[in-house]
Amino acid sequence: MMKEFLEMGGYAAFVWPAYGATLFVLALLIVDSVRRLKRGQDELARLEGSEE
Amino acid sequence: MTGSLHRFANPARFQRLARAVLPWCAGGAAVAFALGLYLALVASPPDYQQGDTVRIMYVHVPAAWMALGGYTTMALASAVALIWRHRLGDLIAQSAAPIGAGFTIIALVTGMLWGQPMWGTFWVWDARLTSVLVLLFLYLGYIALVHAFDDPERGARAGAILALVGWINVPIVKFSVDWWNTLHQPASISRFAKPAIHPSILTPLLVMAAAFMLLFATLLLLRVRAAIVEHRLRTLAMARARG
Repeated sequence: MMKEFLEMGGYAAFVWPAYGATLFVLALLIVDSVRRLKRGQDELARLEGSEE
Repeated sequence: MTGSLHRFANPARFQRLARAVLPWCAGGAAVAFALGLYLALVASPPDYQQGDTVRIMYVHVPAAWMALGGYTTMALASAVALIWRHRLGDLIAQSAAPIGAGFTIIALVTGMLWGQPMWGTFWVWDARLTSVLVLLFLYLGYIALVHAFDDPERGARAGAILALVGWINVPIVKFSVDWWNTLHQPASISRFAKPAIHPSILTPLLVMAAAFMLLFATLLLLRVRAAIVEHRLRTLAMARARG
């Protein structure tokens, strides 16, 4: 059953790379967006912490 | 750099709103993706002509919708920024650009991977494919233009003008399949007429479209919040340099 599923009716070479590329780009966007916000908030906390 | 935060109508209110909405968008996106991927890859049938390559549609079409939706978001936010001098509009537009570019890349790559088995070629200079490639260049051009100035204010202004002028490409992409004799198929889903797709294939598509939209909203909220924080950091650095 699993083998049939992975074969995708013989189109595995197109279906899986399509989903792979999609998840890769989305993961890139997610990681970059979260990290950018974290980095900014940490920096802000450090700056505003030292000022008060 | 006069763009200090007070000129925002409500950055603090926006931050609170964004913080409240964000978990719902992120949670909704996760659930919709889980359900959507299950429907798309497992539960839905292969197409009688295209076989299992029809599954590529479940990522290709939502990505293309978001590519156009993203650019429209950018153009609207830029219009607000230009007309009402509303700095938050610029930050929203600048946050939407990389996300929209990402979705455009997904639409192009998945389209090519679908075209090879179905059309026998990865690429053809077809009106739809070419105008979507132009859309990608507009996104990248906008991002480059915004960062091409020392003063972020001038970069934002130049970018906003490009975003507005470039918006003309969105209807060209949308109607390219109707205006020109394209290899790419015409729209199969229209809100008015009965969609020309069987529910067993339409359902996964709509769930994946919801997942993409929720993810777009999540990413946009994250990036706008980061942009506001970065803006505050620049203002603090400016104040300390003068102080």
